Amino acid sequence: MLFYVIRRLLYAVPITIGVTIVCFSLIHLAPGDPLSTVLPDNASPEVAAQIRAAYGFDKPLPIQYLVWLGNVAQGDFGVSVQSRRPVLGDVLPAVRNTMILAFAAVLLGFSFGILAGAVAGHVEGSLLDKAVTAFAITGVSVPHYWLGLVLVVVFAVNLGMLPAMGMGPGGQSGFTIDWAHLKHLILPAITLAVIPAGIIARSVRATVAEVRKREFVSALRAKGMPRPRIFLHVAKNAAPVVLAVSGLQFAQLLGGSILVEMVFSWPGTGFLMNSAIFTRDLPVLQGTILVLSLFFVLINLIVDVLQVVFDPRIKRA
Amino acid sequence: MPINPNRAEQAGPLASAATLLRRLARTSALAVFLATGAIQILPAGAEESVLRVAMTVADVPLTTGQANQGGEGTRFIGLALYDPLIAWDLSKADMPSVLRPGLATDWSVDEETKTIWTFKLREGVTFHDGSPFTAEAVVWNLDKLINKDSPQYDTAQAAQASQWFGAIASYEVLDDLTVAIRTKEPDATFPYQISGIVYSSPAQWEALGGDWGKFAEQPSGTGPWKLEKLVPRERAELVRNADYWDPERITASDRMILLCMPDTSTRVAALLSGQVDFIEAPPPDAVPRLQSSGMQIVTNVYPHIWPYQLSYEEGSPFRDLRVRKAANLAIDREGLAQFLGGLAVPAKGQVNEGHPWFGKPTFEIGYDPQTAKTLLQEIGHGPDNPLPVKFLISTAGSGQMQPLPMNEFIEENLNAVGFKVEFEVFEWEALRARRRAGAMAPENAGAHGLNNSWAFWDPNIALIKTSGSDETPPGGFNWGGYSNPAADAVIAKAKVAFDPKEQDALLAELHQIIVDDAMWIWVVHDLNPRALAPNVKGFVQAQNWFQDMTPVYVEK
Repeated sequence: MLFYVIRRLLYAVPITIGVTIVCFSLIHLAPGDPLSTVLPDNASPEVAAQIRAAYGFDKPLPIQYLVWLGNVAQGDFGVSVQSRRPVLGDVLPAVRNTMILAFAAVLLGFSFGILAGAVAGHVEGSLLDKAVTAFAITGVSVPHYWLGLVLVVVFAVNLGMLPAMGMGPGGQSGFTIDWAHLKHLILPAITLAVIPAGIIARSVRATVAEVRKREFVSALRAKGMPRPRIFLHVAKNAAPVVLAVSGLQFAQLLGGSILVEMVFSWPGTGFLMNSAIFTRDLPVLQGTILVLSLFFVLINLIVDVLQVVFDPRIKRA
Repeated sequence: MPINPNRAEQAGPLASAATLLRRLARTSALAVFLATGAIQILPAGAEESVLRVAMTVADVPLTTGQANQGGEGTRFIGLALYDPLIAWDLSKADMPSVLRPGLATDWSVDEETKTIWTFKLREGVTFHDGSPFTAEAVVWNLDKLINKDSPQYDTAQAAQASQWFGAIASYEVLDDLTVAIRTKEPDATFPYQISGIVYSSPAQWEALGGDWGKFAEQPSGTGPWKLEKLVPRERAELVRNADYWDPERITASDRMILLCMPDTSTRVAALLSGQVDFIEAPPPDAVPRLQSSGMQIVTNVYPHIWPYQLSYEEGSPFRDLRVRKAANLAIDREGLAQFLGGLAVPAKGQVNEGHPWFGKPTFEIGYDPQTAKTLLQEIGHGPDNPLPVKFLISTAGSGQMQPLPMNEFIEENLNAVGFKVEFEVFEWEALRARRRAGAMAPENAGAHGLNNSWAFWDPNIALIKTSGSDETPPGGFNWGGYSNPAADAVIAKAKVAFDPKEQDALLAELHQIIVDDAMWIWVVHDLNPRALAPNVKGFVQAQNWFQDMTPVYVEK
């Protein structure tokens, strides 16, 4: 197992470097100049050159990339072009805020998705099954942005029950686990949870229905095993698939959602990336993507290890 | 919307689970009730008057002095925490803003050289940290922006201020309260330029170990507000500077909370749900809803124009005056303003009618499709043989209003008289890059116009650097390479007209020339809407990109 984990960790290194190269290249392929957001339009060529050199944008791209990578390896993610704040100082609070939202969405989405999917898989073909399937398809299809706005209009503007935006009275710096702050979490968490709930419900339903048709389940039934015990066997056999799907969904949620975080002014990684993209703030964008890709790799690794724990055949394969 | 508990019972086998859920719901409801009750009885800060503002920016503008993020950054941070030597008078809504004394009480230019400006500084002004504002502090701040060998040189602030200090050759302290600044050449527009530079506290910078990063968190200026809390990308909390040097501008609110809310729908929802009191730039389609909820919609003209800057490069059809005039006459500006919910007014030139620089142009810009058709027919074009024109436009952007539907509206107008309009659509920063390059750049070959909204708050941005033949990019704003000897001659005079009235008259003459020459296609002036909660009082929307938030408060 240890060798397996180490091998997977080593795989993460080229994956992460690959992500940074692709990200760096794509950013520079996009039209626009990072300094255009910083420099006034009539800055003289001399002033523009001076500022360009001060930001390090006067060097060839490969050199810029290698300098950045070298600094990152030493823990220095650079400073924001816009604010001149250290990138890591912006990225880490944003990751924390996104994690708060992601965990709330995981709690909602996964519990509903797994529960609804398991029930529907057990009563395959029934009205309940069809209702779960309809919900799952709707959940997967409904645009985040639209759903968020509708929830805001209904629950914040019309009913005045919940806040429309932000992380609470004190904002992110004063976020605590109390109702004054948690109520700010409800609408964005529901919005964010709908897609994973739909995906997980569909996957769990299909897997449970498929496992229930296997011969060993018939054998267990014929043996006279009580239904709750049979359910446990079915659940254990369905677990690797559910884990894989859930892991991917979890990783995606941790990546933040630009649209949901914009609608709710939630200062997470999606909000951060959105402003970094529009202001061509390359160090912030690269730093955020790097941190998020590390998260993605890490969560996939955890999921892979858990799958092995649940189903040792995977390790042998 | 309450969940119908009977639905769970209908599920048969799930009845016990439903019962459990109901119990949980009751427990949660009790917890919610207790928590809400606890919040409602909180007395802390109940007496403090707080104004909550939703900005359109995604991050709090730079707080070290020279704010970034355009007009909004200067409006809410730059001129809230700091002051310039010469300031804008933002107290009136019924006339274009004019310059007035700020940290300098008086200024004059040397009669002989016309390049040495002497500023007498206001006595008794202190920074937020208590240190005095002196001539030394002015020179220290100019070094901060211009002298890259000085320890306090700050790239971020230098970048922001580079449009203001380009004319400065040198500067020196004459005495504790007098500064002399020498310009590279005689420049009568210098007071406008120096109004863009604000002054940070040298003592605070020293006390924080010469670290601009720390200074951003604990800034010290001379402005009417002091920064108390800064949460990047979320909020800035400003409190009253009770020792402010201008008693007329002591803030009416104890605290102003500035929130970053770039999404328009979020700002509208936040105002409607009572989470903020004041929002910037509500979208036109939300205005009826806001009004029906009792919100105040405040508008006013300000130095903004939504135009097409035209290319005068070889091959551009707009080299022909008849084509430029035809395009200007083809647009139904009243209809467009109506389409925008009345949040714009038709333009008749670069500046609005009534502005001191408007003058008396003879070319009357309005909706006259018949004349437009006649003009195009003179050069052999019409609806049967349309004249192809290509414009670079953006999907969104600062001051761009609703660029896509507006361009589609205008496309129909232009096509109706004999143009064949083609758009190349860019993301905002990409369009700005095209603008900075100028029409003469290879990447702009084949583009006949660029739709980029424009400010006209000072003579350079408004007229001189947009129409001077030697003001092409980089360095100038004459994107299309417009060249008119008559305009150049007036510009040369305006640059050395040190009497403000004489300068205004010359700028009006220049405006008259470029309108008669149909230099650009001018479409509408934005009315700069803001939405305020019904109980927000004291706001006077000046005809300016900047606004004074000191008199604004929420009535209890």
